[in-house]
Amino acid sequence: MSYNFRDLLALEPLTADELSFLLDQSKPFQVIQKNPLKKLATLRGKTVALAFFETSTRTRISFGAAASRLGADQMNLQAEASSLKKGETLLDTVFNLNAMKPDCLVMRHAASGAPNYVARHLDIPVVNAGDGTHEHPSQGLLDALTIGDRLGTIKNLHVTILGDILHSRVARSNIHLLGKFGCQFTLCGPAMWVPRELEKIAPGTPIRCVYRIEEALDGADVIIMLRVQTERLNDPPLSADDYILLYQLNAERLQRASRNAIVLHPGPMNRGIEITPEVADGPQSCVLEQVTNGVAVRMAILYLLISGATETSTHPALEVKSKESANASD
Amino acid sequence: MLLIKNGRVMDPASRTDATLDVLLDGEKINEVGPAGKVAAPQGTEVFDASGLIVAPGFIDLHVHLREPGQESSETIETGTRAAARGGFTAVCCMPNTKPVNDNAAVTRFILDRAKAGGSVRVWPIGAASVGSKGEAIAEIAAMKEAGIVAVSDDGKPIATAKLARQVMDYCRSLDLPVIEHSEDVSLAAGAVMREGVTSTRLGLRGMPAAAESVCVARDVQLAELTGARLHVAHLSAKASLEQVHWAKSRGLRVSCEVTPHHFTLIDADVVYDSKFKMNPPLAGREDREALLAGLADGTVDAIATDHAPHEPALKDVEFDRAPFGILGFETALPLALEQLVQSARLSLMRMVELFTMGPARVLGIERNIAKGQPSDLTIFSMNHPWTYHVKESPSKSRNSPFDGRAFKGAAVATIVGGRIVYKQ
Repeated sequence: MSYNFRDLLALEPLTADELSFLLDQSKPFQVIQKNPLKKLATLRGKTVALAFFETSTRTRISFGAAASRLGADQMNLQAEASSLKKGETLLDTVFNLNAMKPDCLVMRHAASGAPNYVARHLDIPVVNAGDGTHEHPSQGLLDALTIGDRLGTIKNLHVTILGDILHSRVARSNIHLLGKFGCQFTLCGPAMWVPRELEKIAPGTPIRCVYRIEEALDGADVIIMLRVQTERLNDPPLSADDYILLYQLNAERLQRASRNAIVLHPGPMNRGIEITPEVADGPQSCVLEQVTNGVAVRMAILYLLISGATETSTHPALEVKSKESANASD
Repeated sequence: MLLIKNGRVMDPASRTDATLDVLLDGEKINEVGPAGKVAAPQGTEVFDASGLIVAPGFIDLHVHLREPGQESSETIETGTRAAARGGFTAVCCMPNTKPVNDNAAVTRFILDRAKAGGSVRVWPIGAASVGSKGEAIAEIAAMKEAGIVAVSDDGKPIATAKLARQVMDYCRSLDLPVIEHSEDVSLAAGAVMREGVTSTRLGLRGMPAAAESVCVARDVQLAELTGARLHVAHLSAKASLEQVHWAKSRGLRVSCEVTPHHFTLIDADVVYDSKFKMNPPLAGREDREALLAGLADGTVDAIATDHAPHEPALKDVEFDRAPFGILGFETALPLALEQLVQSARLSLMRMVELFTMGPARVLGIERNIAKGQPSDLTIFSMNHPWTYHVKESPSKSRNSPFDGRAFKGAAVATIVGGRIVYKQ
């Protein structure tokens, strides 16, 4: 079997084998994060272009850290500094970036499908760092890695996602990844944000939409919180008090989930709105592990796409280890 | 004179389906008779239509020619050349040009341009309201005198029920049809495709079917209130068709059109490519089935293309940012043959009716092949295999989701006023 990831635009089209491979390739990079010296030379001389057409803090920094730790150089484009406001089209902006010869383009964009559109016109790998309300593949992968670490498996779990599912690219990536490992989903939130159509977006994956949080949490192994986007609270106008009353995850409600249930949140969190500090900081919360794992997953993505490595290649993080141990025995 | 010999003449108005000769004398049909029995004077040009269908000239009720104002996307000259290639002999151009065709001067400009460089007949549609802004009624009578055949604020509905009512009242007195782009703009705000499983999966904002049918319901009720001739443009939803059916069953003067893309494609066909972005958007599977049924049973009156050229610089952007609309002229007949006739859903006669007598009735005119009628004919093949390459189109734009599609059958010759304006 040989995996060939030209781009990483979405998790939906990937098979369970391909997703497992991506996750497996991330694991040695997780180990690297614990080293005092975290930098590899794997992508030395390569350049990663980070084009964030929509503001982002942690994803941009995480991809930047991943590139740095692989030894790659970066080119940064941020929406506010770009020429888009001067009327340049997305494609022209990207062609200009590409003319500076990066080896990979990591892009975030407010329009769903924008990375697919760009990838059709570029010959370098394109990584989707979040597109509109479509997908956020690296987030889906880092969530799966985190779940696997905590629960020992990502197979056949009961996963509950709470919040604005309709507008969440994270939820879609979670569903398309974990669904391929036999997980079943309960989606819960205000009805305007949890349309029944969601039950059919991943044929073969059991998905149900419910509107009572108690029902959603019953027996859940994994609870994925979504940020309540304050701009969404205005369209439609929805009372924050109502949201808290009906959908806030607090310690009492969390007890309905299975005993070992874990809580994930892609951030940034609105403490006191969708989640209480008690839960966010509690033992079941994995929020900071998610962030740490994000760097490992993004290292794996950049490494695989830029180097074109396959599963027969020696993993760069393991190479370091064997060298280190060789040195130690000298 | 021009003699069309030996063609299979299909004339829905007289239910004729026979091998006949048709002799054209300038603007008028001179004679229709059994093959080989029509005597033509010396020097008559002869077109051998053996093995081909000879139909009355196709009418397209809904097109955008972009002139004046958006000539980089289309002109009357390029648009009508594409229309001729598609077999259309007359096209009704929507008023959402720059400036809007909301006064007689613009109407006359369009007609002058058509006369100077148009391949087919151009029948302008005037705006219902000044600037299509939905505030004041446009100078509809003056535009009628200048040559408009209907009114519409196409691109959007007539903004308020009150104004729609007033326009309908007024147009009833002027005997003009009111063509409505039925859409509840608040329900459709920000949407780029039809709401459903596909929009949810793709993360593209969807408008529900009700965005259309809510407005169709308003409009048919107003048609009943006013007695006006109401024509629903590019109808796409099953629920809208039910409203039209209700109106027809009450004897109201309500008609509707369906586009080839809506009877061919559905929302599940949408990918992140703006060639699949149009308004109304591609609808659901059940909607398409309902449209096909309506085309067969007579609830739908006409096939119209909604030919909507946009130059590549406008259309080749992110899906969210692209303007709505696709090309339609050259794929309309091939798609109708494929989806309606070759699939055995409709008779060939019924399909021809939807391109000829159906739209003619909406406009209140006749369209048939008989002595004294205009010499407008569409001659087409039923089984000639070919592939549509949009780069070969005379249109200035390239926004077609059907680029590269293989077809059987297409227009072979288009005759307007006794002149062959297109020949394959």
